[in-house]
Amino acid sequence: MIDILDLTADVLVIGGGPAGAWAALKAAQAGADVVLVDKGYTGTSGATASAGTGVWYVEPEESAREAAMASRENLNGHLSDRRWMARVLDQTYANINELAAAGRYPFPTLADGTALRRGVQGPEYMRRMRAWLKRSGVRILDHSPVLELLTDPTGAVAGAAGRRRQLDQPYRVRAGSVVLATGGCAFLSRALGCDVNTGDGALFAAEVGAAFSGMEFSNAYAIAPVFSTVTKTAYYNYATFSHEDGTVLEGAGSQRGRSVIARALLSERVFAVLDLADEKAQAAMRLGQPNFFLPFDRMRINPFTDRFPITLLLEGTVRGTGGIRVVDDDCSTGVPGLYVAGDAATRELICGGFTGGGSHNSAWAMSSGTWAGRAAARHAATLGPAGKRRRLTAAGRAGLRPTGTPGDPGDYRELVRAVQAETHPYDKNYLRRGEVLTGALATLDERWAEASAHLRGDVEARQAVAMLAHARWMYTAALARPETRGMHKRLDHPQADPLRRHRLMVGGLDELWSAADPVRPHTPLDLAVAS
Amino acid sequence: MIELVSHDRCVTCDRCIAACPTNVFDRGADGVPVIARQSDCQTCFMCEAYCPTDALFVAPQPAPVAADDPLRDEEYLIASGLLGSYRAGIGWGHGRTPGARLAVGPDLKPIVRPGKATT
Ligand SMILES: Cc1cc2nc3c(=O)[nH]c(=O)nc-3n(C[C@H](O)[C@H](O)[C@H](O)COP(=O)(O)OP(=O)(O)OC[C@H]3O[C@@H](n4cnc5c(N)ncnc54)[C@H](O)[C@@H]3O)c2cc1C
Ligand code: SF4
Ligand code: SF4
Repeated sequence: MIDILDLTADVLVIGGGPAGAWAALKAAQAGADVVLVDKGYTGTSGATASAGTGVWYVEPEESAREAAMASRENLNGHLSDRRWMARVLDQTYANINELAAAGRYPFPTLADGTALRRGVQGPEYMRRMRAWLKRSGVRILDHSPVLELLTDPTGAVAGAAGRRRQLDQPYRVRAGSVVLATGGCAFLSRALGCDVNTGDGALFAAEVGAAFSGMEFSNAYAIAPVFSTVTKTAYYNYATFSHEDGTVLEGAGSQRGRSVIARALLSERVFAVLDLADEKAQAAMRLGQPNFFLPFDRMRINPFTDRFPITLLLEGTVRGTGGIRVVDDDCSTGVPGLYVAGDAATRELICGGFTGGGSHNSAWAMSSGTWAGRAAARHAATLGPAGKRRRLTAAGRAGLRPTGTPGDPGDYRELVRAVQAETHPYDKNYLRRGEVLTGALATLDERWAEASAHLRGDVEARQAVAMLAHARWMYTAALARPETRGMHKRLDHPQADPLRRHRLMVGGLDELWSAADPVRPHTPLDLAVAS
Repeated sequence: MIELVSHDRCVTCDRCIAACPTNVFDRGADGVPVIARQSDCQTCFMCEAYCPTDALFVAPQPAPVAADDPLRDEEYLIASGLLGSYRAGIGWGHGRTPGARLAVGPDLKPIVRPGKATT
């Protein structure tokens, strides 16, 4: 092992997906000295880089904006907030246009000359973001997973420590403020590009006292051919789903009928064919999302004519909406010096209890990244040079500093399997029932006691612990919501309960808690009541 | 999963080692990357996109394919046009138009299913 690498910065950004990239860019534009660290490689790592995204880009025209905001409110259980939606629509519009101009992203132009800006291809978007960050003076450390946050004597966040894994070198960054942009948690399900998303940032945040919101809306499952990882779901709009014998699977659909597919998959194979796409659509699909076709082309399957078997892969909070609770417009967390962006943060503010198919997540990533980056730069400027001379304490616990006798470094593997056994199955996490959730939570709590006493390792151990913590927050929230709302489906409570139209906070590590959020979503329903 | 590093094509530029998000490759003694941790491969295809000589191939399956699978056979992958097909698909590489520039996808409005009444 080589000596520790010691760096200082005004702002440290953890995670180099779109949220972290925008945070770093905006902090640098505000004059801060910025270090960006990623577990993988800024440019290829994270859900967006390999998947690509539609973007919630809506012209600033009143009726279009109104329709955009209203379109999801029913699906999302009326938990989204109109004021936040309007802010995100404004910010996203500005950022996408900046990406086209200063970021040089090659958006397509239609025959009539208008530019089409409602989507980005992942590899191109994140390659351009990386180049832009370099031009802006951001220092990037790739293959440098963060292991824990560092705090000052007052409990404010003042940096982070991690390991440069290709050099086997520990590192530490002292910073005036920190932005967490580590993405969501997909429980190592192999969903496209999501294996880096093990919820590490949520664990770090919990260790310094941050709370969570929307963790019951953390069970996004996406369709993929069984022989692949490609969880791109938009084109299943053109699909007919069927049983093994070829008869149509009634009620199955890509968006509203996905639980029908989950139910069927518990006992049989399910097939799809994209037979509703005409030739014109087929050609456009190839141009729109080339990666959608990789598995089919490589397996010599024509998805428009050949039925192929499908599965549902867990994407957890990547396309769910839960995450670290945001306490203010600047994406602060309530912990001094700590800001949050992208999937690591709750997206309920604009998505309520449902995302899934497209656009809002990427808009949230770039908007929250912008606000968090600017606020982090401001906070660091207020502290001045003294902010980088603070005495630091390491905040990491389970997986790094066990309270009892340390176990074998390979023990994390067994823990990962145990967490997956409680989170992946459709009859536990998708089609939820109180008694099953209670049993799963009890198992996970036992695992937590064991892991915090004995597990000691490195990046892999911390990932396993982060997944475990996620699963416990998720089921704690799911039990605290005995109703069906958004993507949270309780088979034992199939209706929405009008008295539960509030957001739920959860938190804690050894002892978990949950409570109704005193901040009400600002929705047209609330306005109707008020007037 | 990643199944092939072509020794004939690789120019030992290290780009895949840097770009792989889950750190699957190590640099081999001769400079050609070795697939050191295949079980960590998340089948994201990014290494293919970054390889300037189309020396890498990722099979779509989330688990390793059998030893005699054609998706591990370099000759088959070249003959079938699969080697380098992702990089071509996104329009990366000298003289190509970036795929992003052409990415006008289909209309994703709900589709009326033939033979079914709509309400
Ligand atoms: C297949 C698929 C399709 C999607 N399609 C759409 C769509 O059409 N529209 C839409 O709006 N959204 C879509 N999404 C969701 C969207 O991709 C995410 O919301 C978005 O990527 C979030 O950005 P992020 O920067 O927060 O996280 P990510 O892009 O996931 O980036 C997180 C980064 O943090 C890094 N990281 C993690 N842990 C650590 C650590 N310990 N230390 C350092 N770095 C760390 C990771 O390596 C990664 O680079 C899709 C997701 C998937 C999986
Ligand atoms: S497919 Fe992705 S995870 Fe696998 S080797 Fe290539 S870049 Fe790495
Ligand atoms: S990117 Fe391609 S050419 Fe470069 S080292 Fe990897 S395999 Fe070889």
